Amino acid sequence: MPYRFRIITSVASPVFERNRGRQFSIPEAGALSDFAVEMRDVSKVFGDVVAVDHVSMGIRQKEFFALLGPSGCGKTTSLRMIAGFERPTSGEIYIDGKAMGSTPPFHRNVNTVFQSYALFPHMTVEQNVGFGLEMKGVSRSEIVRRVGEALELVRLPQLAKRYPRQMSGGQQQRVALARALVNRPKVLLLDEPLGALDAKLRKEMQIELKTLQREVGITFVFVTHDQEEALTMSDRIAVFSKGKVLQIGTPLEIYERPTTRFVADFIGETNFLEGKVKEVNGEFARVVVNGDRSFVGRAMEGVRPGIDATVSVRPEKVQLIEQPDGSPNCYEVQVHSIAYVGSDTRVLVLLGSNQLGVWEQNTVSTLDPNYFFKPGEKAWLTFRPENALVLAQ
Amino acid sequence: MIQTFRERRSLRIAGLMGPGAFWLVVFFLIPLLIMAVISFLSRDQFGFPAPPFTLQNYQDIVKDIRFNPSISLEGGLTVRLFDGLYLELFWRSIWLSLVSTIITLLIAFPVALFMSRLSRRYRNLALFLVMIPFWTNFLVRTYALQFILRGNGPINTLLRALGLEPLDLLFTPTAVMIGLVYGNLPFMILPLYTSLEKFDWTMIEAANDLGANTLRAFQRVMLPLISPGLVAGSILTFVPAIGSYITVELMGGGRTNMIGYAIAQQFSASVNWPFGSAMSLLMMIIVTIAAVLYFRSGRGEQRAVL
Repeated sequence: MPYRFRIITSVASPVFERNRGRQFSIPEAGALSDFAVEMRDVSKVFGDVVAVDHVSMGIRQKEFFALLGPSGCGKTTSLRMIAGFERPTSGEIYIDGKAMGSTPPFHRNVNTVFQSYALFPHMTVEQNVGFGLEMKGVSRSEIVRRVGEALELVRLPQLAKRYPRQMSGGQQQRVALARALVNRPKVLLLDEPLGALDAKLRKEMQIELKTLQREVGITFVFVTHDQEEALTMSDRIAVFSKGKVLQIGTPLEIYERPTTRFVADFIGETNFLEGKVKEVNGEFARVVVNGDRSFVGRAMEGVRPGIDATVSVRPEKVQLIEQPDGSPNCYEVQVHSIAYVGSDTRVLVLLGSNQLGVWEQNTVSTLDPNYFFKPGEKAWLTFRPENALVLAQ
Repeated sequence: MIQTFRERRSLRIAGLMGPGAFWLVVFFLIPLLIMAVISFLSRDQFGFPAPPFTLQNYQDIVKDIRFNPSISLEGGLTVRLFDGLYLELFWRSIWLSLVSTIITLLIAFPVALFMSRLSRRYRNLALFLVMIPFWTNFLVRTYALQFILRGNGPINTLLRALGLEPLDLLFTPTAVMIGLVYGNLPFMILPLYTSLEKFDWTMIEAANDLGANTLRAFQRVMLPLISPGLVAGSILTFVPAIGSYITVELMGGGRTNMIGYAIAQQFSASVNWPFGSAMSLLMMIIVTIAAVLYFRSGRGEQRAVL
């Protein structure tokens, strides 16, 4: 069914009426299957806890999409609703344009890689991987062939006869991937799949997963609480907090243009300076902090003169200099502490009652201790207005 | 160093195993051997074992087995190939025990499943409730069961009050079955519960996710994974059922004979120890073979995939 047709028919539908004016955008005209997964105004309530609160989002075909947020933010519940393990309390989920309603998981064209892998301990690797095909009634010879291919894909063909307990965590992880991918699902759902791996293996698997996703051309929906992981791997990220989606965007958009203080704080490190907006001049706004100092940054949505606002500036976008440079954001500060971490030096400075982090990249190779600032020293802090954001509170 | 460590280790093992091994040897293995010897002895004028050695006792068990194929519609369709007093006794015992095990399983499974899904606090309460009957003597409990089932007991009083025909329950095979199921229920619930409590329900989600509906997920994933509890519970139910004495005596009134009851009679009323010993040994062998086969089938089930 073409999408345009559905828009016309849905004008009068209660779902459409209910959603009118909410912040989900109707996609431009095109094929219905623009979205591999679409959540429309989905809520999930457990008892008196609202786990997912009116979430709307569209996950595009062949996209690597991350659901990012702290624990208990609703990201896993959203994933479980897409998989069919939970039914939305209200709203609707569409997979490849089809409303899922109460379709059980075994009739959905999606597969899941569980956080605990959930491999069947009484079956060998090939039996685990072949299980989905067997359930679909695929012929034995076809199963053998496709299981072989899937194990080839995750580079484990030599372990086909092993039992899960005879393998390392990383290997089990690959088996779980193969077991899901062998069914050629429309969407692959991954619930913190790298959570149980050690740091080094995790980094390797991040790259491998991304490569794999390109290779198989399947939409990946990936749940993680690790912002670095989300930034590294995703095409787009949805940032969750307290059951709501705060922002959806590319890693670049999420990092450089967070629209809320929560997103700015959760993704990467950042400095916040709280104050009142004094004036808005085109793209920029001036915020007075503690009554005496003012800072200029990009005015984000909802910033008007007189409101409370936060200036948000990333520590790598702040510099310490010896003389004032004439920037509107240049003030004398006192160095509080410094930490040398190899690639850069992380300096904590005091500006009145505010503490700010400044990360200076170590672009010079030196053993001279006098090259660095020292605690107690005075310095000038500066950042360019276009590198700071003014967020409405 | 290694030598002394090894020595100490074997000493420690001996220390741990010692008391249990002593108990089993003195009170199980030796009596079993004595019984085996007795089963090959004759009986004196008072019925007690005495020389000479003989195979007579075993011959007595099998002597009246004849090839006599027959089909009857009595009590459902019955196809028989062989005929014989003791053959029938053994067969009836195995059959009744098997049926009672299956009924016990069907009742115990939902209970164990329910218990395993409770919160920790209620789980312990449920476990406690399952074990409460053990605090009362089994004989007393069986008398209580007798009281419930008898002609003017609560069941029939209720039936009469409802204007229904009273049931003749006590001293029937049905009463024996009720008694066996009642007595063995905790022994089925506890091992099943242990398996179900450890069961990771994500496995069912994984199976559903891979296209298995509820029934298939149960067959292919849950059943193999809880089979240790299933096998343990079945054996703990089947074996005591086959040898049961009190239940057969009090619920069946001696009218539904089972092998355990027949053996007891050889040691008491009939005073034929050698023949009783031979029956015991034969029964032990049959039960052991059955148990081994069952264990094997349980293991096979876990592997039989693809």
